[in-house]
Amino acid sequence: MAKRIEASNVTSYYGSFKAIDSISMTVEPKSITALIGPSGCGKSTFLRSINRMHEVLPGARIEGRLTIDDQNIYDADVDVTAVRRMIGMVFQRPNPFPTMSIYENVVAGLKLNGVKKKSHLDDAAEASLRSANLWEEVKDRLGRPGAGLSGGQQQRLCIARTIAVEPQVVLMDEPCSALDPISTLAIEDLMFKLKDRFTIIIVTHNMQQAARVSDKTGFFSIDKTGDPGRLIEYDDTQKIFSNPTQKKTEDYITGRFG
Amino acid sequence: MSTMTQSDLPGVGMTPGNIRSKKLPLAMNLAVAVVAFGLAAAIVYGFGIGNWVLVVVLGWVLYLVGLLIAASRVEGRRAARNRAWRSLIYSACILAILPLASVVWTLISKGVQRLDGDFFNSSMNNIGARDPGGGAYHAIIGTIQQVGIATIIAVPLGVLGAIYLVEYGRGRFANTVRFFVDVMTGIPSIVAGLFILSFWVLIVSPWFNNGEPRFSGFAAALALSVLMLPTIVRSTEEMLRLVPGPLREGAYALGVPQWKTILKIVVPTALPGIVTGVMLAIARAAGETAPVLLVAGGAAAINFDPFNGNQSSLALFVYQQAGDASKYAPARAWTAALTLVAIVLILTIAAKMLARRNSLTR
Repeated sequence: MAKRIEASNVTSYYGSFKAIDSISMTVEPKSITALIGPSGCGKSTFLRSINRMHEVLPGARIEGRLTIDDQNIYDADVDVTAVRRMIGMVFQRPNPFPTMSIYENVVAGLKLNGVKKKSHLDDAAEASLRSANLWEEVKDRLGRPGAGLSGGQQQRLCIARTIAVEPQVVLMDEPCSALDPISTLAIEDLMFKLKDRFTIIIVTHNMQQAARVSDKTGFFSIDKTGDPGRLIEYDDTQKIFSNPTQKKTEDYITGRFG
Repeated sequence: MSTMTQSDLPGVGMTPGNIRSKKLPLAMNLAVAVVAFGLAAAIVYGFGIGNWVLVVVLGWVLYLVGLLIAASRVEGRRAARNRAWRSLIYSACILAILPLASVVWTLISKGVQRLDGDFFNSSMNNIGARDPGGGAYHAIIGTIQQVGIATIIAVPLGVLGAIYLVEYGRGRFANTVRFFVDVMTGIPSIVAGLFILSFWVLIVSPWFNNGEPRFSGFAAALALSVLMLPTIVRSTEEMLRLVPGPLREGAYALGVPQWKTILKIVVPTALPGIVTGVMLAIARAAGETAPVLLVAGGAAAINFDPFNGNQSSLALFVYQQAGDASKYAPARAWTAALTLVAIVLILTIAAKMLARRNSLTR
């Protein structure tokens, strides 16, 4: 049950610093959307605004509307934890919980949200690990620590952990930047597979990756250091990479800037 | 800028392409040692200015200097400097361990004399100056009860306080709390004892005791918990801060509420460090004499009730026996000191093993 995300005039601040300025975009359900752009242009900030992770940092706040199937997640009566349960997130660096085994890591979200039934947890663990293409590699050592896996395996473990709670949207913040090409490919394959069930938004510095995996691409940029990031162009990936309307987008994609 | 090539840069004193260097042979090393200690012995005994301790110290210094000179001749300056720092570090390490080893050795050699069943089975009740027996049973009970109660009070308060400071505390109030915790770290134990004496023993305890103030092991435990609290807060705070932010965010992203994230992810990750801090606090509290003397009064007889009447503790027992005129008292003091160190050591090892069992081994 994937959901449509609609951002209208989302502006985020860190204290008095304006990080992104009036971002508006619509993300269709069951699609992969890539956010590209130079460092510091606000891609990650925007991504973190979608599951209200932005406000975890002290002094961070947000203006504008962000709706998931017509519910504004920034309404006063919205429960933050419910939003985050609905919108999962995979981080740049794999962050398995160091005190937990592989199995415990995968079911952490379920267990900490009150699911106790062992058979349910076992099923969820196997299903999520299979979806994350990790089951075959770890099925014989589920009791081993999650931190003992390789980087690529750890990242797939984190994806399994994210999808185990059955979110409707999965946000990925440069999920492959710490991985080798083979692990990257494994995760890209995985994204295609997950697209049937989830809406996926991915921030990436790798333009080939954006071109390979995404249906739509948003290009963020800043005029100069200290200025807020803006969404320059947002369109079908095909169009962005072959025939962008904005000069800036073309410069960035062809490597003349950034 | 004009053209500047690699060769124009100031050299680092190496011949390019040569990666081999001369090593100081072991025989030369030993020769330096023999000469150094021989020279030291000759100086010390020749002038008659000391005994073998001075020979060792002087010989060691001469050996290091000689080694440095020999190394700079044979191996070159960089290697010699490396050698000098390394020997300094090793020497400092040995110097730091020496007092500890000496303390342990003294405790064991002098404490073993009264390490008998009687010592752990009897109190000092009705033991006069001429009686060789007597033991620390009452003091061991006192230490275990007082430190146990103090731990039960101080650990939850300290850990929760640290969690507040790290996870929730923002702005003025948190800074004020942190400041006062720092100030508390420097409180002398006698002041903590006086505080409990004037507050608990003189004001509160009469309510429970028909208007009479009363010494108790519990009052000592209160004073000890005052001493333990800042150590626990500060060490736990540091450990919680070491837990990476992405770990917390990873849990939030799964829809886990903040309190559960702290309880199930942050604290277990920091647990081994927290346990170390708690054990340091316990070790400090177990060794305190003054507060126990002030508010528990000390006792010669066994008292199992920490809420009523005088109690002793091992540290207080050591203090009293060491100052006692009886010729049998010093041996009791040494054995009690050995017992105290052994209890703290066993507790530390047990706590470490418990904390390690909780976290997975790689």
